[in-house]
Amino acid sequence: MRDIKTFKLSIVSNMATVAQRILDSRVPDGSIEKKWDKRIFDVKLVNPANKRKYEIIVVGTGLAGASAAASLAELGYRVKVFCIQDSPRRAHSIAAQGGINAAKNYQNDGDSVWRLFYDTVKGGDYRSREANVYRLAQISTRIIDHCVALGVPFAREYGGTLANRSFGGAQVSRTFYARGQTGQQLLLGAYSAMNRQIYAGKVKSFPKREMLDLITLDGVARGIVCRNLTTGQFETHVGHAVVLATGGYGNVFYLSTNAKSCNVTAAWRCHRRGAYFANPCYTQIHPTCIPASGDYQSKLTLMSESLRNDGRVWVPKAKDDDRPPHDVPEADRDYFLERRYPSFGNLVPRDVASRAAKERCDAGYGVGPTGNAVYLDFRDAIKRDGEKTVRGKYGNLFQMYEEITADDPYHTPMRIYPAVHYTMGGLWVDYNLQSTIPGLFVLGEANFSDHGANRLGASALMQGLADGYFVIPYTLGDHLARAKFPSVSEDHPACKEALVESRNRIERLLGVNGTQTVDSFHRALGKIMWDKCGMERTASGLQQAIDEIRGLREEFWSDVKVIGTEGSFNQNLEHAGRVADFLEFGELLCFDALQRNESCGGHFRGEYQTPEGEALRDDENYAYVAAWEFNGVGNEATLHKESLTFEDVPLATRSYK
Amino acid sequence: MIQPVQALRSHGQRKSFSVMLKVWRQAGPTADGYLETFRVGDVNPDMSFLEMLDRLNERLILEGKDPVAFDHDCREGICGTCGVMINGLAHGPLKNTATCQLRMRSFKDGDTLVLEPFRAAAFPVVKDLVVDRSSLDRIQQAGGYISANVGGAQDANAILVPKKQADVAMHSAACIGCGACVAACKNASAALFTGAKVNHLASLPQGQAERKERAVNMVARMDLEGFGACTNTNECQAACPANISIQDISKLNREYFWASLTSQD
Ligand SMILES: Cc1cc2nc3c(=O)[nH]c(=O)nc-3n(C[C@H](O)[C@H](O)[C@H](O)COP(=O)(O)OP(=O)(O)OC[C@H]3O[C@@H](n4cnc5c(N)ncnc54)[C@H](O)[C@@H]3O)c2cc1C
Ligand code: FES
Repeated sequence: MRDIKTFKLSIVSNMATVAQRILDSRVPDGSIEKKWDKRIFDVKLVNPANKRKYEIIVVGTGLAGASAAASLAELGYRVKVFCIQDSPRRAHSIAAQGGINAAKNYQNDGDSVWRLFYDTVKGGDYRSREANVYRLAQISTRIIDHCVALGVPFAREYGGTLANRSFGGAQVSRTFYARGQTGQQLLLGAYSAMNRQIYAGKVKSFPKREMLDLITLDGVARGIVCRNLTTGQFETHVGHAVVLATGGYGNVFYLSTNAKSCNVTAAWRCHRRGAYFANPCYTQIHPTCIPASGDYQSKLTLMSESLRNDGRVWVPKAKDDDRPPHDVPEADRDYFLERRYPSFGNLVPRDVASRAAKERCDAGYGVGPTGNAVYLDFRDAIKRDGEKTVRGKYGNLFQMYEEITADDPYHTPMRIYPAVHYTMGGLWVDYNLQSTIPGLFVLGEANFSDHGANRLGASALMQGLADGYFVIPYTLGDHLARAKFPSVSEDHPACKEALVESRNRIERLLGVNGTQTVDSFHRALGKIMWDKCGMERTASGLQQAIDEIRGLREEFWSDVKVIGTEGSFNQNLEHAGRVADFLEFGELLCFDALQRNESCGGHFRGEYQTPEGEALRDDENYAYVAAWEFNGVGNEATLHKESLTFEDVPLATRSYK
Repeated sequence: MIQPVQALRSHGQRKSFSVMLKVWRQAGPTADGYLETFRVGDVNPDMSFLEMLDRLNERLILEGKDPVAFDHDCREGICGTCGVMINGLAHGPLKNTATCQLRMRSFKDGDTLVLEPFRAAAFPVVKDLVVDRSSLDRIQQAGGYISANVGGAQDANAILVPKKQADVAMHSAACIGCGACVAACKNASAALFTGAKVNHLASLPQGQAERKERAVNMVARMDLEGFGACTNTNECQAACPANISIQDISKLNREYFWASLTSQD
C-alpha cells in the first residue's frame, strides 16, 4: 500500500505544477451565523436609478439561470438570457424528480438551519466551504416561501399545510416535493417569474443560442460569443457582467441521467479564458437508475431516490441463484445495505449506496441479463401500506419504469444500477459566486461551491435557487458598483478576436471530413471515463485514461466526420463542438482524480480504503479545493489550492453504520 | 398505460427486426418538403424510438448524407422537446406518452412508419421534424405567472391549500409544453395548453389577484399567434403525454367569459 502511494506521488509531482498562490475565498469574518448578514451589509449598493444602465448577460435558464434572470430584472437591471433549448422552460432542471430541501422544521422532528448545514458538510465528506454551506441552509427556508408565492404546487397535507418526505441521507423530513416532478414545477415557477419580466421588457430571451466563448476586456468579463443554433449565425453580446448557469458536465461519461444537450462547453471556454476549474473529479454516481439494456443506449433514466424510503435493496445470497426474484425466500436474500449500515440502511448517501451495489455485482451477485443490477423491492411496503398508498407516492415513477423495461414493479422488484448523475466540481467561485475572472459569476451546478465531494439528495435544486434568487442579486451589485466599465461595442477588437476564434474552430470541425461519427467518439470517451474514472479509480487506471484520452482527441481532430454547413441548423455540428470540449476536459478530470490521493465522497480511489472497503480520507494532506489553471491543450494545468478549515463542523470520519 | 401486447417480457426474448420509415424532409422554413424512405434494420424491441432514429442518423452520416433533424433533450418525457407525428398520431401510438418514451416494442417487423413534424400555422417548420414552438412561450409571457418579487413572501405555511385543491393545481401544472395538443387538433388550437396554465394558477389562492387579466391576456395572445378555435374534438387530451384533461378547456372558457363579463377596464 505504502509503495503505491509514493509511486503515485511521484507521478503527480512530475505532472502538476503546484502554484503557491493561495486563493482568496473572500469569506466574511465573524461567526458563521453572521457572515452572510455581514456581507449583505458590506456590499456596495447600486443606486436604484442607475440599475437600468447595467446590462447583465445570463447564460442558462435552468433553476439557477432563470431565477437569476428574474430576480436581477426585478431589481431593475436589464437582462439578456440565453439557452440552448428552443424554450427556456426545457432546461435540464426540468427533469429533477425527488424534491428540494429546506430547514423549515415543519415536521417538528428536530430539523434546523444548523442541522441542514451539518448534514451537508458531513454529506460532502468535509470537502466543501463551511461558510457557503451555512448560507445555503440559512436561505433554504426563504426559497420555499418564494416558490409558494409564485404558485408552485407543492404536495400538501389534507389540512392544507405543506407535506415533506425524508430523502437519501437525512434522518429528518425536510424535502418538499411536487409529485415526482419537483424540478419541473420549480423550473416552471422560475420561468414564469422570468416571463413576467420578458413581458415587461426587462429581460430579453435568446433561446437556441449556444455560448462558445467569453469576451474579456482588461481581464474583466464583458460578453459572450454564441451561435444561433437555428440559423447557424454567430453573434456577440456585450454587457456589464456575465452570469454563467450552464449546468453540469456529467455527459463527459456519455451515458448519464443528464439530458442530451448537457455539456461543459460554456464552462470550459471560460476556463480557457482564465477561470479556474475546481474539483472536476468530484462526480456523483446515483444508485437508483435503470440499467443499460444494449449498445444502442443513448442515456440512462434515473428512478428517484425517494424510492429508497420504501424499497429495499437486495441481491441473492448465492452467486448463481437464477430463480425469479419472488421465488427467492427471505433467508436467501442479502439486503446488503441494511446488513452493512444498520442505522441508515437503505437510506445511506448516494456514493455509499452506489459503491455497495457495484461491490456486489463485481463479486458476481448481480441480477438481470447483464448481471449489472440489484433489486429494489417494494413487496414489504405494499404489504404494509397497501398498493394504493404505494401507487399514490410513486405511481408515475412505477409507470415510467414499466414503460422502459416492460416489467411491473408492483409485482416484480425493479432492477437498478448506479449511473453518473451530478457533478460537484465546476468553475471555482468565491463567497460572492465570482470566478477568478472578475465580472464572471457562476451559479448552480456549473460552480463547485456547496456540495464538497458528494451532494445530498434534494440539495441541487436548493442550491440553484439559492444562488439565483437570493445570492446573486446582492453580490453582483457589489461588482457593478466597484468596477470600471470602459465602453465596449460589438466591433471592439476583443469581441472580434473571440468571434473569429469560435468561427475558426467550427470551420476546423467541418474541415476534418474523416470517417468516424461524433457519437462514436463520444461513446469511446465515455467508456474510458466510466471504466477508469467512474465509481472506483486507481493511479494506474487514471494514467492510462489520460493517455487514451489524448490519443482519442488526436484521432478526433484527424478523423471525425461532421456533416453539413456552418450557416444552418446543424445538430451534428453542435454535438461535435461539445464532444471536442469534453475531450479536453476529460483529461483534466482524470488528472484531478490522479492528484487526489485519498478517497472522499464521489471520488473513490481503490488504493485508499479501510479493510472494510470504506473510503479513507486524508485530511492532513487533502483538505483543500483543487482549482486548476489552464495552460493550453495538452499542457499540464497549474494547481491552486484553497485550503479548507472546519471550525463549526469538526472533521470526523463519515460513518453511516 | 402500457397495452397488453407490449407488456410481454421482452428482455432478450424477441429478436431484432426492421421497420420502413417514410420521413418528412424539409431543408428549411421556406423549402419544399417531401417524404424520404429508409429501411432501418437491427431494431431491438427494448430500444427507444429515438434510439432507432439515432441508429439511422449514424448510418446517414457515415454515408455522407444529411441526418434527419429531430428535437429531443431529456429523453424521459418531461422536457417537452421531442415530438413527432407517427402515422398521423402526435407522439405515436401509445396513449399519453411522449415520443422519447416510446419503445420499439410498440412496433413489429415490417411496419411502415410515416414520420412528420408537429404541424400548425403557429409552428413553422425549422428543418425536417423540427418546428418552431416559440408561440407557446409568448402565450405564457402574456400572463402565465403570479407577480411576486423575490424577498416579499410570507411563510409558506401561511397560505393553506387543502390537498385536494393542490392536487387539482398540480394536475394542470404538469403540462410539458410539447405542443402535441396543437398538432393533434384539426383546428391547431392551443386551448389545452393555455387552459392548463390558467387553471393551475386559478386553482390556487396565490393566483386570485391576477386571475381575470391572466385569462383574458393569454387567450388574446393565443388568438394572435394564429392558433385555431377549439371545437371539442378531444384529440388533444388523447395525445397529451402529461394527461392534461379537456376539463381544463371548459374551465378556460368559464374563466375567460367570467373575466370578460366582469372586467372593470
Ligand atoms: C434525472 C435527474 C434528477 C434530479 N433530481 C434532483 C432532485 O430531486 N433534487 C435535486 O436537488 N437535484 C436533482 N437533480 C440535480 C439537479 O436537477 C441539477 O443539478 C440542477 O437542476 C441544475 O440546475 P442548473 O440551473 O445549474 O443547470 P441546468 O438546469 O442544467 O441548466 C443549464 C442551462 O444552461 C444552458 N446551457 C448549457 N450550456 C450552454 C451553452 N454553451 N450556451 C448557452 N446555454 C447553455 C442550458 O440550455 C440550460 O438552460 C437531478 C438531476 C437529474 C439529472
Ligand atoms: S425529449 Fe424530453 S420529453 Fe421527450
